[in-house]
Amino acid sequence: MKFRAKIIDVGCLNHFTRVVNTVSRLTKACVLRLTCDHLYFVLSGRVATGGVSMWCELSQVNFFDEFQLEGVSADANEIFLEVAPENLSRALKTAQNAKSVKIKLTKKNCPCLTLAAELPSLSSVSRVVTHDIPVDVIPRRLWHDFREPQMPDFDVSIYLPPLKTMKSVVDRMKNLSNYLVLEANLNGEMNLKIETELVSVTTHFKELGNPPWGDDGSQSSSPTHRDPDLMAEARVDIKKLQQFLTGQQVNPSRAMCNIVHRRILHLIFLHEDVSLQYFIPAVM
Amino acid sequence: MSLPLVQHYILQTDCMFAYEWLALRSVNSSRSAFACFLLSPLFFQKFQAPSDQSFRCKMPIKSVQAVFKSLASLDRSVEKCRIQLNSEKSRLTITLHCKHGLLKTHNLSFQDCESLQAVFDKESCANVLQAQPRLMVDTVLHFPPSLEEVNLSVSSDRVWLRNHVEDDSDSSRAMMTELCLSAEEFDHFAISTQTSVTFCLKELRGLLVFAESSGLPISMYFDEPGSPVILSVTDSVLEGNFVLATLSEDSNPKNHVNSNTKRPDAEQPPDDFMSDDMDSFLIAMETSELPGPSHVPTSPPPPSNNRKHSFSEEEPEEEALAEGPPNKKFCSLFFGSVLPTPSQLPNQTMQSQEVLASDSEDENQTETS
Repeated sequence: MKFRAKIIDVGCLNHFTRVVNTVSRLTKACVLRLTCDHLYFVLSGRVATGGVSMWCELSQVNFFDEFQLEGVSADANEIFLEVAPENLSRALKTAQNAKSVKIKLTKKNCPCLTLAAELPSLSSVSRVVTHDIPVDVIPRRLWHDFREPQMPDFDVSIYLPPLKTMKSVVDRMKNLSNYLVLEANLNGEMNLKIETELVSVTTHFKELGNPPWGDDGSQSSSPTHRDPDLMAEARVDIKKLQQFLTGQQVNPSRAMCNIVHRRILHLIFLHEDVSLQYFIPAVM
Repeated sequence: MSLPLVQHYILQTDCMFAYEWLALRSVNSSRSAFACFLLSPLFFQKFQAPSDQSFRCKMPIKSVQAVFKSLASLDRSVEKCRIQLNSEKSRLTITLHCKHGLLKTHNLSFQDCESLQAVFDKESCANVLQAQPRLMVDTVLHFPPSLEEVNLSVSSDRVWLRNHVEDDSDSSRAMMTELCLSAEEFDHFAISTQTSVTFCLKELRGLLVFAESSGLPISMYFDEPGSPVILSVTDSVLEGNFVLATLSEDSNPKNHVNSNTKRPDAEQPPDDFMSDDMDSFLIAMETSELPGPSHVPTSPPPPSNNRKHSFSEEEPEEEALAEGPPNKKFCSLFFGSVLPTPSQLPNQTMQSQEVLASDSEDENQTETS
């Protein structure tokens, strides 16, 4: 198993760092899946995470100048590593003005992702900072746990309101209730609702627009003639929604959510070279 | 008076004033870090030494910090600062003359004390580095603020800084960071022995803040593991020395320290405890007798050789006293009982009388995780 990669462009480095920062705010540990073309940060839904799962996909060629991978075997040319994204974040933080950043899989006391950054210095000799980030190699037999999640058979798909606005609403609602209901319809309308014994608050958003999924396989085969005003809703733990919104460092070009009525809230953020999906299970 | 100076005391116990020069000294509770700022009369607009030449006192640093709380607002509003000693009432009066005729007067009470002076000798250190504060600040940035100890290794043309990890089950999974600098980045690079020393990073950060704001280069004097590291900033009107204890027998920085390591807790015990601690220690200094089983060499030993000898002598005592695992790898600094003669500058090594004290008072403190 071998992995070596190098980033030279400062813009790519900053962008990669922002993605890693976003992931590190969502979870303390995740799986880093490396293939020849992509990197994935994967969190699979478990009881421990409250059923939340995450899938973040990066197209390698948009970030790295050099990328060499030799996977577990010829027919399974991939590497799965368990890593604490915060460590990666920390390592990248001080390398933002580096001339180059090299990442490779090494073995020190344990398997590590070693990040070496060549920094500008006052002399002719560059400063070199090296970080050894301990990782766990995930054996092949467990890879199926970290497959790409299926697009759920959603009832409504809608574009999100401006993230800043949404976040400030959710922040305030969090003070009043532990759970929030997100409902939306195919008419571009979305409501964020909380209800407690003493108070109920609803914030209405209009004219958000609905993504044109068209004849995508994930929709049910019969052309759904869903009443455009009919709301699909999901009641979720407000902290999880807030955590997702707070962590965003990359401004997505497209932000949308799919709702499976009373089952799942599926949030999708798309950027040129990065896509981030986050699944929050609905609670009763 | 240059107010920024007082903002940067990072060691949290007592500070002491001495005559002739204004000396501000402080030591941490485990006595593994000592700081001394000497301010010449020229540092001040006006300086009038007390009539009683050997005056010294101590006060809790928190009281002084409370006066000089916010640097930004001080810069904005304070025009003049006056410090006045009233020895009859055991009071130090600090008056801040602010804009618009506003006067803020702070009365701080102080206590008498014996002099506090760590024994160290910069000139006898094998290795000396000098760097601009910017270099040190940039270097330290790579390490997390929570990092306790850092390891400094030098060769003939390179300097490495690494985070130090204790050898326990958690640490084998810790992230390791290493920064390598070339000798060319330093203003002065005089390494006569390739060596590696480990010391507390937190204490260094405090000095860096001061050095950066004053623009003064920082000099580092160090020797082999076990001997203290001395960090120094100097200009025409002041000299600051930070003396930090180092881990001993740390021959290979990559290896984890022996699992028996127990080092004194660097955290603060309650103030009451600390002042009792200091007092009993200092009182013992006076009488040349120490409480408990710690031993004291009664005859003045010959200078530099003895320092090494005494360090190793000290450890067996500490082993006997520590409640936990026996080896205390950090040697506490020597504190000499000092009765300076008028001719002696306060920062010279005190060789005439060397008294050793163990960390018997630190038994109650637990190991930092």
